[in-house]
Amino acid sequence: MVTYIIRRLIWAAVMLTIVSIITFAIFFLVPRLAGATPESLAARYVGRTANAEQVQIAAEKLGFNDPLVVQYGRFAKGIVAGADYDYGPGVEHCPAPCFGYSFLTRLPVWPDLLDRLPVTMSLAFGAAIIWVLAGVATGVVSALKRGSFFDRAAMTIALGGVSLPIFFTGIVSMVVFSYGNPFSITAPGGSYTPLLDDPVAWAYSLVLPWVTLAFLYAAGYARLTRAGMLETMNEDYIRTARAKGLAERTVVLKHGLRGALTPLVTIFGLDVGLLLGGAVLTESTYSLPGMGKYAIDAITNQDLPKVMGVVLFAAFFVVVANLIVDLLYAVVDPRVRLA
Amino acid sequence: MTFLELKDLRIHFPSDDGLVKSVDGLSFRLERGKTLGIVGESGSGKSVTSLGILGLHKGGRAKISGEIWLDGEELVSASAEHVRTLRGKKMAMIFQDPLSAMHPFYTVGAQIMEAYRIHHDVSKKVARKHAIEMLDRVGIPQPDRRVDSYPHEFSGGMRQRAMIAMALSCDPELLIADEPTTALDVTVQAQILDLMRDLQRDFNAALIVITHDLGVVAELSDDILVMYAGKAIEYGTAEDIFERPEHPYTWGLLGSMPRLDRERTERLLPIKGSPPSLINVPPGCAFHPRCTFADRTGGRSTSEVPELLESEGGHLVRCHLSRDVRRTAWENEIKPNLEAS
Ligand SMILES: Nc1ncnc2c1ncn2[C@@H]1O[C@H](COP(=O)(O)OP(=O)(O)OP(=O)(O)O)[C@@H](O)[C@H]1O
Ligand code: SF4
Ligand SMILES: [Mg+2]
Repeated sequence: MVTYIIRRLIWAAVMLTIVSIITFAIFFLVPRLAGATPESLAARYVGRTANAEQVQIAAEKLGFNDPLVVQYGRFAKGIVAGADYDYGPGVEHCPAPCFGYSFLTRLPVWPDLLDRLPVTMSLAFGAAIIWVLAGVATGVVSALKRGSFFDRAAMTIALGGVSLPIFFTGIVSMVVFSYGNPFSITAPGGSYTPLLDDPVAWAYSLVLPWVTLAFLYAAGYARLTRAGMLETMNEDYIRTARAKGLAERTVVLKHGLRGALTPLVTIFGLDVGLLLGGAVLTESTYSLPGMGKYAIDAITNQDLPKVMGVVLFAAFFVVVANLIVDLLYAVVDPRVRLA
Repeated sequence: MTFLELKDLRIHFPSDDGLVKSVDGLSFRLERGKTLGIVGESGSGKSVTSLGILGLHKGGRAKISGEIWLDGEELVSASAEHVRTLRGKKMAMIFQDPLSAMHPFYTVGAQIMEAYRIHHDVSKKVARKHAIEMLDRVGIPQPDRRVDSYPHEFSGGMRQRAMIAMALSCDPELLIADEPTTALDVTVQAQILDLMRDLQRDFNAALIVITHDLGVVAELSDDILVMYAGKAIEYGTAEDIFERPEHPYTWGLLGSMPRLDRERTERLLPIKGSPPSLINVPPGCAFHPRCTFADRTGGRSTSEVPELLESEGGHLVRCHLSRDVRRTAWENEIKPNLEAS
């Protein structure tokens, strides 16, 4: 067990390294392929007022002329140990984990990311709770009442949920439910309020995004749960559970649903991990200042350090989620041996 | 009062192709402390019958008629909820493949404890102690440790012992074992059969053993019921069935019975043809397409459904051949052949 965890941890570290190399390669190579020079990159650090010579010096000092490997080494070291940026007029220390400075605001990227994280976490975890409860419950009932009106209606809606894009459902729900109309479930203002400032306002500001996002995922979970339940409810062990004299509710939940849980846990871990890197569409639709919105803004402004930071941050969550899922797998299914 | 009595039990399943008559007019009696063996080929309705007795077809698509009397109570007309409270406690079942019949995600102990706690309002601790006792009782070594193992950590034989422990945990008065040894290898089969015989004596339960292996019923049974296409075609004491069987189908089964002095795979007198469709059961005697004696009944085998009639002393046979013809055929044509082979 312990060796297994250590092996998985090492694997996670390797994965992150690979992701960082790829990210670095893409974001440093692509602009060059598109015609950017070390000088034009350095110009972003020293500002538009600097003359050609200053830019030249900055490019040299920032190491834009070094071989790619050396540049990557510096980049990786910055994340692990922090970095000192010497751009000519002065030296700026950027503490670890250093993802560099924004081209636009000249502020370090990392604190920005930390700032955005609670928003995305609030969105992701809140939505996750809703979609798991709604999706699994719908799936179970659909499977038990297979072919009924409920089943058909639920599966039709689920098909819609899986296929409709979030900017559509998001806008529809905003039109129907947002403040000022009869079905309103949101508060005035509607902008994001941190949980610790005012929990009620926090919940109000997130209700619509939660529901919209949860709808998208719940649909998939309902279908997955239904398929899993249809399979497990035919298993011999269900017949055994009934033969013991268990009440049907216990048979379904304790034996049937438990048997169908493994794929759900896996998908759930990965989905949440992925969402923590930013629910791009939901956050932009509802103007939530989370990671996804941050990424979109960074891309629109071609703010490379920000984009890289957000990509690596997202990759980190995906890798960690994978790690947790692998470990959970053995908890959920005791037949899986961790070796 | 008879402990268990089935009267004209019918269990039919509607399907797209028509009504599947899985059990079609089955009657028998069983007393406490006695063992009934039910034999028949695959699809003859053995499992459907046992699940029917436990009330597990209730609420499903099955159309059920007839009567099942258990200790003075009629179960076909009883509510599903009432029958549920009898399951596990008054009557319990051992299934064929203990690997798939036990939940892979719960420990063996948890599953036995669950069975016990449904019917006994006791703490987990008490139930656990009981589970360990039961595991010990069915011959599982180190039961206090094995109680925390998962089914996949047991060998096939140990799993079946655990399954038996689970079924016996509430001290049921009726125990149904559906192919309890089919999934096991030969030496383990013998151990499990020994165990079941011992336990039945200790618990004084009525036992129904379902199998397509006559060797298994020969080991355990007082009485034997031979089923074909959802009907009883011969019923008698073990002696009746093995010493003076009277139905051509039973003769066929005896001929295909593996014997110790023969290779198991070598089936000398297999019954030709395959089991009939349960939707369009052949007219007359359902066995007639496969029966080598059908031409000796003056055409009645193909036109008239034979009744289950008493031959002698409770020995029942469903065949148009007269008793004398059956006995002569057995003595002169079948028995010498079986012995020679
Ligand atoms: N729920 C059901 N719906 C429709 N048909 C069924 C159902 N359960 C059983 N049957 C049919 O009833 C027939 C008898 O099945 P049963 O399981 O009782 O056979 P069996 O004698 O136990 O055979 P085996 O030796 O293979 O276990 C089979 O043809 C089967 O297809
Ligand atoms: S009734 Fe006819 S077909 Fe049926 S078993 Fe007897 S002889 Fe054979
Ligand atoms: Mg069966």
